[in-house]
Amino acid sequence: MRNFMQVMVDAVALGSLLALVALAIGLVFGVMRLINFAQGDYITIGAYALVVPTASLTPALFIGALPVPLMVAGVLMVVVLLALATERVAFRPLRNSDPATLLISSFAVSYFLQHLVMLLHTGRPKSVGIGQALTTPIEILGLRVPGIQVVTMAVTAALLIALVLFLKRTPMGIQMRAAAENFQMARLLGVPANRVIAVAFVISGLLGGTVSLLLIVQTGTLDIRMGLMPVIFAFFATVIGGMGSLAGAALGGFLVGVASVLLQSYLPEGLRPFRDAFVFGLVIVILLVRPKGLIVIGAARERV
Amino acid sequence: MMQKSSVIACLEKAWPVLVLVLPLLVAVVLADLYGSVLLKRTVTDALIKIVIVVGLYIFIGNTGIVSFGHIGFAGIAAYFATWMTCCAMMKPITMTGLPDFLRLETYSLWSTALVSVAAAGLAALLIGLVLMRLSGLAASISTLAALFIFHAVYANWDNVTMGRASIVGIPTYVTLWVGLGGAFLAIIAAYLYQISSYGLAARAARDDEVAAQAAGISLYWNRLIAFVISGMVVGLGGVLQVHFMGTISVNAFYLNLTFLTLAMLVVGGMRSLAGAVVGVVVLSTIADVFRRLEAGVDLGATRLSTPTGTQEMFLAALMLLILIFRKDGLMGRRELRLPRLRAGRARAAQ
Repeated sequence: MRNFMQVMVDAVALGSLLALVALAIGLVFGVMRLINFAQGDYITIGAYALVVPTASLTPALFIGALPVPLMVAGVLMVVVLLALATERVAFRPLRNSDPATLLISSFAVSYFLQHLVMLLHTGRPKSVGIGQALTTPIEILGLRVPGIQVVTMAVTAALLIALVLFLKRTPMGIQMRAAAENFQMARLLGVPANRVIAVAFVISGLLGGTVSLLLIVQTGTLDIRMGLMPVIFAFFATVIGGMGSLAGAALGGFLVGVASVLLQSYLPEGLRPFRDAFVFGLVIVILLVRPKGLIVIGAARERV
Repeated sequence: MMQKSSVIACLEKAWPVLVLVLPLLVAVVLADLYGSVLLKRTVTDALIKIVIVVGLYIFIGNTGIVSFGHIGFAGIAAYFATWMTCCAMMKPITMTGLPDFLRLETYSLWSTALVSVAAAGLAALLIGLVLMRLSGLAASISTLAALFIFHAVYANWDNVTMGRASIVGIPTYVTLWVGLGGAFLAIIAAYLYQISSYGLAARAARDDEVAAQAAGISLYWNRLIAFVISGMVVGLGGVLQVHFMGTISVNAFYLNLTFLTLAMLVVGGMRSLAGAVVGVVVLSTIADVFRRLEAGVDLGATRLSTPTGTQEMFLAALMLLILIFRKDGLMGRRELRLPRLRAGRARAAQ
């Protein structure tokens, strides 16, 4: 029983992290039908912004050397500016393309950014020690939980609440929901398209920067592919949850996180290395049963 | 008179293939006669990429569904070829999970190629049976999931694929001419499929799903046929690739190759066979130029070289520019036709 609780804590912590990434992807998909694969590179670049670009394997700190509030603000700022820049340069001119073209273009952006990081920092993994105090375990109800997991869950909960309040209570949030429901109609009724999309990218940048910080505290390692696995899982999480539905994205993130931790713990020993294959297989099964995902929003229904 | 017009009709029908194949032939002859070793390798590599990209085109071009999973089929075929031909001494020790007929035997190169391509086709059939029920974005996403499944399985199946490690000692028989043969085969297969009734039906479904279904075209079966044929052609590309490099690792058949081949198809034009070939030629040329720049260029006393990574960034930027400004690629949606006859027909139409 104790063991099971421990596994569940791991599962929820991973689920929270994936939910944050999935929300970022889901939000942008909602307003412009773009599955932004470059979200992973936002995460990577946010983490690399902590250090000075050199070829060294234990680089000097850059933004990471600032006091904590400034460091957090600095990373978030870098990622937000990056997200806005990609929107302006790459995605805005493609706004009216079909989703598959947009997906390819986000692959291109991701490939570009990945090699930009490689150019500046070389491709080898680097170590960076930030917030190590958070990794020491805390005793909660007889469970030993690494502090960073508690932080991850708390941050996710706080951001989810903030996001819901933003979407339900502020004029911008309401406009964004309207745009997600029916973009053309929202524009006709005076919703400023450019601003709504820019705000969606700002939020995806904020979420991406948060994930960078959480990941870097957890692993202490910088790698040019560090954003890849979270974004792949989160990408499928949004698909499972229902493309365009934010509740679906958060739910899908939790489901994928929980499923992969449970599979990791309870699959027979010999099959454990193939855990990811089972998770991706699950995606295909869900797509077959419900091609539009678990939570279907009105805008996703096809019209003839 | 009768005979002459049938010759022209024949020529007109074969023209879209000839116009692609003949320049390749000329390029290979020139490279073989005058090229350096490095250039020969570059051209061979481009010919293999033509096989893979034309394979991708068979599915993506005719059905309009962007597939991110086809490189998995190249990987499946390549690993099959590896198991059948590689390292008779090491295989029984390092790949203990293989069945005896693969672990202890070594097969001829011809039968290996045939079996490996068939294996890719079978994999495409099994995956296609499931995935072709989906359409649009859901289908694209699930092909991506299929690629990740392939990677997760092959990267961890240690006693069969040696995990993420490279396998070396695979016979290398792919020369310029073998590569050219592969490219011919792929182009001819793609063209025959394209002018067949199945290809026509798949394109009808691509252009208007509802109207095609109303005309009695099955989306599922026509897409499945395209998927299997393209899986086999891409598999052939994988076989050639592995017998060209002499080594294999699971990461060689993952996101980078997927991106590179998709970029070639996008740049050339997703909806044209000529586009697939043109895209490979253009991007391979650019890649070669960058390789030389990265090695350094002598400018008087100073030696300038571009840092590693610029090639990939340029490639990504080029792909974005094409997507933004010329969505249908360099070739548009056109094939190369016999120019004189087209003019004649235009006159007749007036």
